[in-house]
Amino acid sequence: MINLKINNIPVQAEEGTTILEAARSAGIRIPTLCYLKEINAIGACRICVVEVKGARSLVASCVYPVSEGMEVFTNTEKVQNSRKMTLELILSDHNKDCLSCIRNNKCELQKLSGEYDCKSSKFIGATNNHLPDNSTDYLIRDNSKCILCRRCVAACTKRQEVSVIGANDRGFDTHIGSAFDMELKNVPCVACGQCITVCPTGALTEKDETYKVERAIADGTKHVVVGVAPSVRVGLGEEFGYSIGSNVEGEMITALRMLGFDMVFDVNFTADLTIMEEGHEFLDRLNNGGKLPMITSCSPGWVKYIEHYYPQYLDHLSSCKSPMSMYGAVSKTYYAEKFGLDPKSIYTVAVMPCTAKKFERTRTELSGGGLPDIDAVLTVRELARLIKRKGIMLNNLAKGEFDAPMGIASSAGLIFGATGGVMEAALRTLAEVVDKKELEHLDFNEVRGVKGIKEATYNLGGTDVKVAVASGLNNAKVLMEKIKNGEADYHFIEIMCCPGGCVNGGGMPVQSADVLNNMDIRAERAKAIYSADSQTKIRKSHENPAIKEIYKEYFEKPNSHKAHNILHTTYTKREKYTK
Amino acid sequence: MYRANILVCCGAECTANNAIQVYNTFEEQIKAYKLEKDVKVLKTSECLELCGNNEGVVVIVYPEGAYYVGVKPEDAKEIVSQHIIKGKIVKRLLKKEKEEAEVKSIEETNFFKKQKRVALKNSGLIDPENIDEYIARDGYQALGKVLTEMKPQDVIDLIKESGLRGRGGGGFPTGLKWEFAKKSQSDKKYVCCNADEGDPGAFMDRSVLEGDPHVLLEAMTIAAYSIGSDQGYIYVRAEYPVAVKRLNIAIEQSRKYGLLGKNILNTGFNFDIDIRLGAGAFVCGEETALMTSIEGKRGEPRPRPPFPAVKGLFGKPTILNNVETYANIPPIILFGAKWFSSMGTEKSKGTKVFALGGKIKNTGLVEIPMGTTLKDVIYDIGGGIPDGKKFKAAQTGGPSGGCIPASLIDIKIDYDNLVSIGSMMGSGGLIVMDEDNCMVDIAKFFLEFTVDESCGKCTPCRIGNKRMYEILDKITKGKAKMEDLDKLEELALYIKENSLCGLGQTAPNPILSTLRYFKDEYIAHIKEKRCPAGVCKQLLRYTILEDKCIGCTRCARNCPTNAISGEVKKPHFIDQEKCIKCGVCMKECKFQAIERK
Repeated sequence: MINLKINNIPVQAEEGTTILEAARSAGIRIPTLCYLKEINAIGACRICVVEVKGARSLVASCVYPVSEGMEVFTNTEKVQNSRKMTLELILSDHNKDCLSCIRNNKCELQKLSGEYDCKSSKFIGATNNHLPDNSTDYLIRDNSKCILCRRCVAACTKRQEVSVIGANDRGFDTHIGSAFDMELKNVPCVACGQCITVCPTGALTEKDETYKVERAIADGTKHVVVGVAPSVRVGLGEEFGYSIGSNVEGEMITALRMLGFDMVFDVNFTADLTIMEEGHEFLDRLNNGGKLPMITSCSPGWVKYIEHYYPQYLDHLSSCKSPMSMYGAVSKTYYAEKFGLDPKSIYTVAVMPCTAKKFERTRTELSGGGLPDIDAVLTVRELARLIKRKGIMLNNLAKGEFDAPMGIASSAGLIFGATGGVMEAALRTLAEVVDKKELEHLDFNEVRGVKGIKEATYNLGGTDVKVAVASGLNNAKVLMEKIKNGEADYHFIEIMCCPGGCVNGGGMPVQSADVLNNMDIRAERAKAIYSADSQTKIRKSHENPAIKEIYKEYFEKPNSHKAHNILHTTYTKREKYTK
Repeated sequence: MYRANILVCCGAECTANNAIQVYNTFEEQIKAYKLEKDVKVLKTSECLELCGNNEGVVVIVYPEGAYYVGVKPEDAKEIVSQHIIKGKIVKRLLKKEKEEAEVKSIEETNFFKKQKRVALKNSGLIDPENIDEYIARDGYQALGKVLTEMKPQDVIDLIKESGLRGRGGGGFPTGLKWEFAKKSQSDKKYVCCNADEGDPGAFMDRSVLEGDPHVLLEAMTIAAYSIGSDQGYIYVRAEYPVAVKRLNIAIEQSRKYGLLGKNILNTGFNFDIDIRLGAGAFVCGEETALMTSIEGKRGEPRPRPPFPAVKGLFGKPTILNNVETYANIPPIILFGAKWFSSMGTEKSKGTKVFALGGKIKNTGLVEIPMGTTLKDVIYDIGGGIPDGKKFKAAQTGGPSGGCIPASLIDIKIDYDNLVSIGSMMGSGGLIVMDEDNCMVDIAKFFLEFTVDESCGKCTPCRIGNKRMYEILDKITKGKAKMEDLDKLEELALYIKENSLCGLGQTAPNPILSTLRYFKDEYIAHIKEKRCPAGVCKQLLRYTILEDKCIGCTRCARNCPTNAISGEVKKPHFIDQEKCIKCGVCMKECKFQAIERK
């Protein structure tokens, strides 16, 4: 242990600890902008500077290790003036359109500027007049608001290892973009949106679809249905002051109804349907010499990734559509038929913790009878904006319930929201279908948790089935390389694009670095999901009465011809760089 | 053994002055006289300077050391027929100093008399593409001594004892740096050479690289032996194609001679060197940025600690020294620490090469013992200020350095003295300025360079320097207020204190030092809207003196913006709104009727 003093307070810290971490343990907060635990300790923004006795200049506490006898001062006049100056310089080249900025009141730069009493007009000079990159259907990069903290670059290169963005040009002209300043649509971005969730300002945001949805609702000729993904209910509350990991399912349903949706459905229902289809697809592959390991296909970021980076293994992907697209497809077929509605009049909205779902929506193969499965995708943040704009006080609402039939779901569908959830839901069903007897324990703890790669072996009807679960594309890459090198003896793999699964998706509420650096929000949100699962009566997809009904009334059995037509899809090899 | 050697300078300037043809003429002549076995003609590359504005080539003929300048192909014939054949030195071609009588030998010139050549001892004197010539001048002897007679720690102790400090800018003790790297435990260690010389006007390293590449290889191998490394990298800027070519030849030759590669000199020691080309970013001269660039990434600095000696290239212990530092190593090994430390001052030992430029008669590279006064450099070596102008200031350290005012001309040049007056040694740029230089303009010039070369990673350097530049620009255009000066100073101190790497931390030095010694000039620009040196164009004012103007209309006819009006035979008038201060009128006027203030 190393002994040092911070602001004259004796502090003990392990060797290798940074001043920033040591200070935190002593109850002293040092402000940061570019620092992001584990992935971005680069000392670039200089907000976290502190005075170290004997040092030549101020040091960046996020990267400076503690040493024996060190004396640190975190709040001297010199330090405060330096931080203020740094902020004022950043503000001098910042698009200060704060009032209407998407991150107004949630912007880390704004918050610090307030704390340090900055004058935004102290330095007037040239500004970089970057134009936004609007090229994709899912993301807008507005570099006029970028402060070059490079947290997005770290998320893209170190966390996801996709590396489609980096610094271009140099000096005052430095800006973040893709190689040769290509537009994002022409590079192998997987649309995961992890860059958005780590951005301290409003430089990165999803492409807004709220107005489109509002117009559809206002259009009397349209029957507008909404489907909500599992993790949305454990994230939405954060936008309304609830603590991280609060489940606001009931309030959310009421709010959706108040927004004017004709039907409020639960995507957990189609998650159950996915388990039925995917589970039987797996059994078919296992018993009839199909391509193994079979890999899940619910995560659109992951699917785009494999299409760009490992197209030779597309036949490993389950042919099942994602729960979102199944929800859309079923709404425009089974639901329309059952309630005598014209599929053309049905407008399907999905609320997702995800930006890649906005990309998925645009895939032409995800359609039926010339109609796209999904018409609009809202992230959790967009839903929150819509609720606020409409004056709906989520915190004060009574709990509502989803509409039948597509609002009836087992909690196996719910756990799709956390990494390992799809695998666990599948195992709950497979074990009973194969072994033909009821499971004693429904918790498959080996595949739970935020660890990047999890492995387990389960006995299904006398056969040892080896499974693996990965979240985060850096971990997905490890498994894909294993497959490439012939080292993967797995039968079934679940891959989620975002680290920790959908609860940490690119469409979830943004938390500041202060939160991200000191708390594992993935684990907190997942806790809420597993807690709800443990309290639910029906915890297996095949026991969901609405699922039984849909097969009885419509699809006949899993993987039937009709199910194939409506619930399954194909994949295409994608070039990395186009144009 | 040849009875005479003819050294034809093929440096950049001489090559432009037809050096190759001069060289060919010498070859033809020597052949014609059938003297191939007695006289050797050599292409040297290191610019010896003193050629100053001669439209011709520098040629030195040994053994006499006759220093010919301005040599043209036809002169080559004369040198051979007179000097080589008849032993008569061609006086009309000898270098002259100060209108004095001709001097004979190169060592006798004032320019060389006060110099002491250690790092540059071979440059210009040997054929850099021939390893035998290097060996003939004691080359690779130090390496032999090290590998056969010394333990790694002995080498480090010797370097430490010599007091050698890094010649690249920071002046960190070289032996200590090596010792840190030696103590770091690792399966792999690297020895790197910083040959990414980028200060405007500085070319010390290029001179060694082009003129004496083997000294670098020898020194790096010695360094590798002392820290336990088997791989070296020379990071050289791609803008030095000749250096790159010669380094490649040198590496090839020394591998062939068993001086590089596996089992060097049969001692079982392995070490090899590869070249990495820089892509033109000044910041890649900063050690961590340089290593990041070698790793194949965008050349940006990273925070220290960890220091390279602990975690450097590819995360392994690494030493990085610049070319000039390495060039001092073999002599220290051969002649000893005492010999080396006998030169210089208490804390700065040995010699330092400077690139002398600006308003001075003799421009070029000079190598002087540390502690030589600035006055000696400017007046004795440099030959003083041309055109009878007054010395105003000297700028050292390039864009990271500062200005030394005339009042401090007696300063003894060493690391600590320069820092104490707000400048720094840097890599060795020395630009002399006279009364015609505007100090605000000088500060702006250097800052413009830094703004351009900032990598853009940290806020203070990326935005702060830009804002400082904008303030300086305002001052030179007469648009600034006095509070801008406070803001400038506040910014300068902040950037120095808060930047991530050396580039940013030193970027404000040109401003801080000019503010320290020439604040009155800044104030004149701001308060009086006047540039005392008459440099800042926007503050100049051209007026026509009525009593001298005869109304010839010549100025009006030549003014590109039609800013001058007036009737024939009557005094003319300049419309200040239209005037772009190009100075054409003043040049055209035959009656000195136009005044610039």
